[in-house]
Amino acid sequence: METLIDSVMVVILLSNLLLLGSSRLAACIRIVATQGIILGILPLLSSEGEITIRVVLLAAWSIALKGMVFPWLLNRAIRDASVRREVEPFVGYTTSLLLGSAALAVSLWAGLRLPLPPAAVHSSLTVPVALFTIMTGLFVICSRRKALNQVLGYLALENGIYIFGVAFVQKAPLLVELGILLDVFVAVFVMGIMIFHINREFDHIDTDQLSTLKE
Amino acid sequence: MITALIILPTIAGLLALIIRPNAPRRALLLVTATAHAGLTAFSWISGASPALSGWLMLDGPGILFLGITSVLFLAASVYAVGYLSHEEKGKRSDFEEGVGFINAPEKVFTGALLFFLATMTLVAASQHFGLLWVAVEATTLASAPLIYFHRHHRSLEATWKYLLICSVGIALALLGNFFLAVAAAAHDGSSTSLVLSDLLRQGPHFNIPWLRAAFLFLLVGYGTKMGLAPMHTWLPDAHSEAPSVVSALLSGALLNCAFLGILRAQQVLGAAGQGAFGRELLLVFGLLSMAVAAVFILSQADYKRMLAYSSVEHMGILSLGIGLGGSGTFGSLLHAVNHSLTKAMLFLVAGNIVTAFRTKQSGEISGMLRVLPVSGGLWLMGFLAITGSPPFGPFLSEFTILKAAADTGNGMAAVIYLSLLALIFIGMMTAALRMTQGLPEGTTGEARRTEGVLSIASPLALGILVLVLGLYVPPPLRDVVREAARVVGG
Amino acid sequence: MNMIIPIINVLLALLLAPLLPGIINRTKAIFAGRTGQPLLQLYYDIFRLLRKGAVYSRTTTWIFRAGPIVGLSSAIAAATLVPFGGSRALLAFSGDLFLFAYLFGLGRFFTVIAALDTGSAFEGMGASREAQFSALAEPVLFLGLVAVARETNSLSLSGMLPAMTPETWIKAGPVLTLAAAAILFVFLTENSRIPVDDPNTHLELTMIHEVMVLDHGGPDFAFIQYGAALKLWIFGELLTGILLPLHTGWPPRDEIIAIALMAALAVAVGIIESTMARLRLVRIPQILVGAGTLALLSLLLALR
Repeated sequence: METLIDSVMVVILLSNLLLLGSSRLAACIRIVATQGIILGILPLLSSEGEITIRVVLLAAWSIALKGMVFPWLLNRAIRDASVRREVEPFVGYTTSLLLGSAALAVSLWAGLRLPLPPAAVHSSLTVPVALFTIMTGLFVICSRRKALNQVLGYLALENGIYIFGVAFVQKAPLLVELGILLDVFVAVFVMGIMIFHINREFDHIDTDQLSTLKE
Repeated sequence: MITALIILPTIAGLLALIIRPNAPRRALLLVTATAHAGLTAFSWISGASPALSGWLMLDGPGILFLGITSVLFLAASVYAVGYLSHEEKGKRSDFEEGVGFINAPEKVFTGALLFFLATMTLVAASQHFGLLWVAVEATTLASAPLIYFHRHHRSLEATWKYLLICSVGIALALLGNFFLAVAAAAHDGSSTSLVLSDLLRQGPHFNIPWLRAAFLFLLVGYGTKMGLAPMHTWLPDAHSEAPSVVSALLSGALLNCAFLGILRAQQVLGAAGQGAFGRELLLVFGLLSMAVAAVFILSQADYKRMLAYSSVEHMGILSLGIGLGGSGTFGSLLHAVNHSLTKAMLFLVAGNIVTAFRTKQSGEISGMLRVLPVSGGLWLMGFLAITGSPPFGPFLSEFTILKAAADTGNGMAAVIYLSLLALIFIGMMTAALRMTQGLPEGTTGEARRTEGVLSIASPLALGILVLVLGLYVPPPLRDVVREAARVVGG
Repeated sequence: MNMIIPIINVLLALLLAPLLPGIINRTKAIFAGRTGQPLLQLYYDIFRLLRKGAVYSRTTTWIFRAGPIVGLSSAIAAATLVPFGGSRALLAFSGDLFLFAYLFGLGRFFTVIAALDTGSAFEGMGASREAQFSALAEPVLFLGLVAVARETNSLSLSGMLPAMTPETWIKAGPVLTLAAAAILFVFLTENSRIPVDDPNTHLELTMIHEVMVLDHGGPDFAFIQYGAALKLWIFGELLTGILLPLHTGWPPRDEIIAIALMAALAVAVGIIESTMARLRLVRIPQILVGAGTLALLSLLLALR
């Protein structure tokens, strides 16, 4: 079981690296969606044992939301915006990958030194991968021009925080979990609408050029 | 009672999205605001029973901030009815750059406004950290459409920054929540409860490193929403590009709700004996916010941005007050009341100025006292109040905080605090005096120089309140603030 | 008597190496719906070339003549270092994986300077590309091999590969998968396969490896072809040793299994070549950095 969770963590890790190195928007959306699906499955692998209806329902809901609804919303935003489908980052792909590797090394180092309580999902990779995903999300938000990429970075950030939650917070109340999911959904929804408006206003979604308001 | 306070605006918001004619919708807004204010007053006087098995409860800080929110919303909705009825329909021309734009549909505006009220009420009543988080994120999402009311590129830019920066910040606060759960994990493996009262009962059993990390993330996360420097970068843009009604609510009510999140975290820290750690951080952030605000106020040409930076400054003062502890906590919470009332009044008057003079540059306005006597008088009075002059409310609360600094032996903090206040006074008063005095110059376009009843009723009422609070703090308010200070642990 | 098997392995490598390109080409032909070349085509080509004479340009020096010879001899030397079929290699000592990598480095160095020696623009271009890609591929190879070395606790190739069993995979699956993926990419780069380089292209501007050997003829070209096939075999030994460590303990059976695996690898390469197109040149360094990141990741995972 431990190797299975280890492998899942490594897959999430690889997805982060892919996110840093991808140059196509559609590929980035698919990567974040895959991350979401894998994270939806993660609670089912928890070594707590009991797979109740609640856990299954929550997992299914989370997979449906992150794996299907979000990509649909974001793809529609790209399509309606009819922007160039390339990522156009501030920091090049190779540099992003190298910085990602450095961040990975730091997360592995840090994660293994934190004093941890017994985790629900047993793997020594959980905390490093959570940290790494959070760092990847933040990096993508800062280093990508397109507004859509910033939304994807935000989703990766949420995924990273979610990994942490799944691993360590046993039995979070249903209301809170649903609330978090709902919030993220509405956030993506509103951001999608904003992207549409940005494109309609500016004919591009390059947030670097949103710089009228200064001082 | 509490559920009614939350459900009422939610249903009203949904109704507002459905109702087609404008007049009933505006009436709905007023009615909901009044009903909400009434229910809040009732809860204030005779207490409210907890709901949702203890997850929703109005304790000291909760009822205080709910009261502020409710009063402000009532004032704002009275103003909004007048504002909405005078907003031109269809395509208009932006006076700053001449670009054409349209407004968002009024039903979206009203609906979002009511959802905003519901979510802020939820924040005030939350006793569970998870629910608090959900509510704070919900306020961000409910207020984004409000900022984007005038649909042009500047407000779009402001809305995008607001949405993204606040969402990222609040995501970090979620991580703080998880760290808190780890810190509070009982060693026998039973499920951790994130309800405030349970956490406070845990007391010395917390895992201290995790608790400190949790507080740090919660502070940074909710501090982003609150407008503490250096996470405040969204604030000037959002508060200056939004319609003045919305700015009033954002500055007066929303920032307080984010502050409430930090206060809850400080409560937990206090119960674990780590209160000093939290206070140090709050002190640093508070002084930093004031300093940043001072720098940007001194050279500010846009008066709405000036008011926004003033909000950053006052959030810094709130943080500073809690950071000093002792009577500083009382001063900080009293200051929350004073600042909210004053800033809301100022923003509503700013709305009048924008409508009348059609410019947001303070250098282009003069002679307000002659053209708009009531608004001009309130503007001058408001600036005096917000910069901390007697006999207004903010003077009392700021003085209390200064006294707390002296009492706790924090001489350095007191000196910095006073010098920054002085700088801000200079910056803001020069602008206000220049705007209100002198002769009115010929301004561009058709300036409407009349003051409708609805547009001055609310600011006038708020102004009177600010003046009264500067002379005499009524016992009900004083008791609630004292209770809130005791709960927060000062 | 356990030196016999390593010697047999080396002889097998020398003998069977030219079969691999034949299998690859036959696979590609099947995918394309053609009959394709005979499987033993490379043998015929090498014998034909050995009987021919060679023409040397006046601008070249001894380096030009030395290039193919050094390339071939370094490949043969490397063949003695790699274990095959579960038994140790002919030469084994701690740290021989570094010698292994740098033998190929030596061969590549001489190929590059032989290409530059001709003074031709095309070959210079090919030489620069080859130098860039192999400079990027070298750390990838090292990281991957060191990760595997960490997992098997040995710094010798003969200590790493024969010691691996399916249990090692179950225990350290992620590490080995990532290391194998990285080494697969190095395999494709070093042997100039698609998606890095197209061995069948006729356009000099798109060539990387072929253009460096454009001016060689006769026996020199025979050495180069043979050396390339040998390199393919040796890297294949490395890759199959990591990917599918099936050791039954009885040498003849192990040998047969290993040869079958090599053939399967050749078919796989053929399939990859038939289904993918060559990447744009600007993408290849990015992909190599990506492979390097995978290798780094596998090393980090192995170190924890």
